Amino acid sequence: MHSARVEKFYYLMKLGREFELAAKEQYMQGNIAGFLHLDIGQEACSVGAMQAFDKGDVFTHYREHVLALARGMDPKLVMAELFGKVTGVSKGKGGSMHLFDPDLDFYGGDAIVAGHLPIAVGCAYARKIQGEKAGVFAIFGDGASNAGAFFESINIAAAWKLPLIFFCENNYYAIGTRIGWVSPFEELYHKARNYMPAKRIDGMDVCEVYKAVTEAKEYIENGLGPYFIEAETYRYEGHSMSDNGKYRSEEEMEIFKSRDPIENLKNKAIAQGLVAPEYFDEADKKVQKVIEEAIAFAASSPEPPLSELYEDVYCKECTNVIP
Amino acid sequence: MLYREALNRAIDEMMAADESIVILGEDVGRYGGSYRVSEGLFAKYGPKRVIDTPIAELSIVGNAIGMAIAGLRPIAEIMTINFSLLAMDQIVNHAAKFRYMSGGKMTIPLTIRMPGGVSRQLAAQHSESYETLYSAIPGLIVLAASNATYAYYGLKAAIALNDPVVFLEHELLYPLEMEFKEVDTFDPFKAEIVKVGKDLTIITYLKMRYDVLEAVPKIEDELGISIEVIDLNSLRPLDMKTIAASVQKTKRVVLVEEDHKTGGYGAEVIAKISEELFYSLDAPPLRIAGEDVPIPYNRTLELASIPTPDKIAQKIIQWGRKNGL
Repeated sequence: MHSARVEKFYYLMKLGREFELAAKEQYMQGNIAGFLHLDIGQEACSVGAMQAFDKGDVFTHYREHVLALARGMDPKLVMAELFGKVTGVSKGKGGSMHLFDPDLDFYGGDAIVAGHLPIAVGCAYARKIQGEKAGVFAIFGDGASNAGAFFESINIAAAWKLPLIFFCENNYYAIGTRIGWVSPFEELYHKARNYMPAKRIDGMDVCEVYKAVTEAKEYIENGLGPYFIEAETYRYEGHSMSDNGKYRSEEEMEIFKSRDPIENLKNKAIAQGLVAPEYFDEADKKVQKVIEEAIAFAASSPEPPLSELYEDVYCKECTNVIP
Repeated sequence: MLYREALNRAIDEMMAADESIVILGEDVGRYGGSYRVSEGLFAKYGPKRVIDTPIAELSIVGNAIGMAIAGLRPIAEIMTINFSLLAMDQIVNHAAKFRYMSGGKMTIPLTIRMPGGVSRQLAAQHSESYETLYSAIPGLIVLAASNATYAYYGLKAAIALNDPVVFLEHELLYPLEMEFKEVDTFDPFKAEIVKVGKDLTIITYLKMRYDVLEAVPKIEDELGISIEVIDLNSLRPLDMKTIAASVQKTKRVVLVEEDHKTGGYGAEVIAKISEELFYSLDAPPLRIAGEDVPIPYNRTLELASIPTPDKIAQKIIQWGRKNGL
């Protein structure tokens, strides 16, 4: 792996981790409310995937802060959205679960489990008939792999040979329900492998995620149809801030924490002499500064005016006739 | 012009003018559409733009939303409004909300066509009128085509709009020969005054328009009055301006709808009239609606479950006599 790429991986994962820790703190202080789903522990999936899938449309679920940052969304605008401020990416109307930026071809977070998969399929259909080379990337969790929308989507994407990467983050728990209690197997790539190439990878290893998504991207760009990746991963926090995660054992947590994507990348990069140890201190400092700026920006941003309440329900040309 | 031909012509002309328009649904392509609305389009525009989907309504609408995000202007056909419940999450939680929850960044130009209503002995799972469900959702536009003129111009307008539109048709209307009026300007959100009158306003939409018009001469005869009939055309937004002007003139209002009375779409119309026009009214409003039962198969029971011209006439005459007409 090229050292500049490793540095980028580290920076983005660290940015994601610190962003989430800061969001957690701001939630505790009452500056962020509602459902806050933290991505801590799963950063390698978001960062590895977005670094590999750098062009094309991205459809995501609601645990998407790190994915958005890795896609290039400004941390200030994401934090402001979490604060519900008018300067946020979705003008404070979406919140943590709904970060949209069509300029980055980033659509989501969608907070209906598996609800965004049929939409990703439709977008992939359009890209195919439009003759666009870049396809579509859809990320979802193990819980979504049990939903009807998931099965409809793998069926249609395969039947029509659509350029679509299904990326399943298997962190083993849909809120508090272990995947094995509700699925006949815990290795979820089995669900897709009669429809398309499907593989299971180590989602705690950013390099492995990057490689797998790069391969998948080449496959879909060649018009061969969809591709399925199951990335084994783990969230260190509860499902959302209202979940204390008591259903998981400390031993299990420790096993996954020993595979921490950020620490392991750093240790490996230093041991292999790929990146100088000083880089990490500099990167950490830069991340701290970016996070502080994001919080300051969010805190000092104005609330949406009340006139925003009825804005954006319909498009302007329709609003002329709709009271 | 046949009602279904008006729909077909609207889609055909729009597709010819704009390459980004596609149509998708069960049997819309090679088969020509369950009610022959998309007949001939597959041969003309090919499989890329006339898309045969699996029987998976959630995906028909979900896929259409994704196409709209990618810059296409999809027309999704759902075989009947009964099946649209399988797609309700996509219609309500996704299509209707994306613009708002993205702070105005997302635009979903999507038309979802679906017929509803009691046809002929199709029983409970193929006979419902669920317009009340979609009319209650901010972010959706709901249009209801009762005639060839509105079917043609209304559908064209729906396809041209940049918001998700639920476009309601009625199963019994497809094969009917109807008068087609060419117009220079067209507002899809405007109600139509089908018949001018001065003593009573009957508000209706979709197929009940014809049942009402059949009942009107008898009512006018019996009560010695003249009746104004309004076809709503657009259920969301609702054209309160046309309603208000009529009700202020006639001072009496009856609403006739095919869906169930409890929570039916008419309840909302009557509530708005009560709030806004209470002091214009000389009589309590009357609602004539479908019975609160699943639609039965047996023909006698089926007809007993919905308004018919006879029942409409009878109920309005009775109500009129009680209320000074």
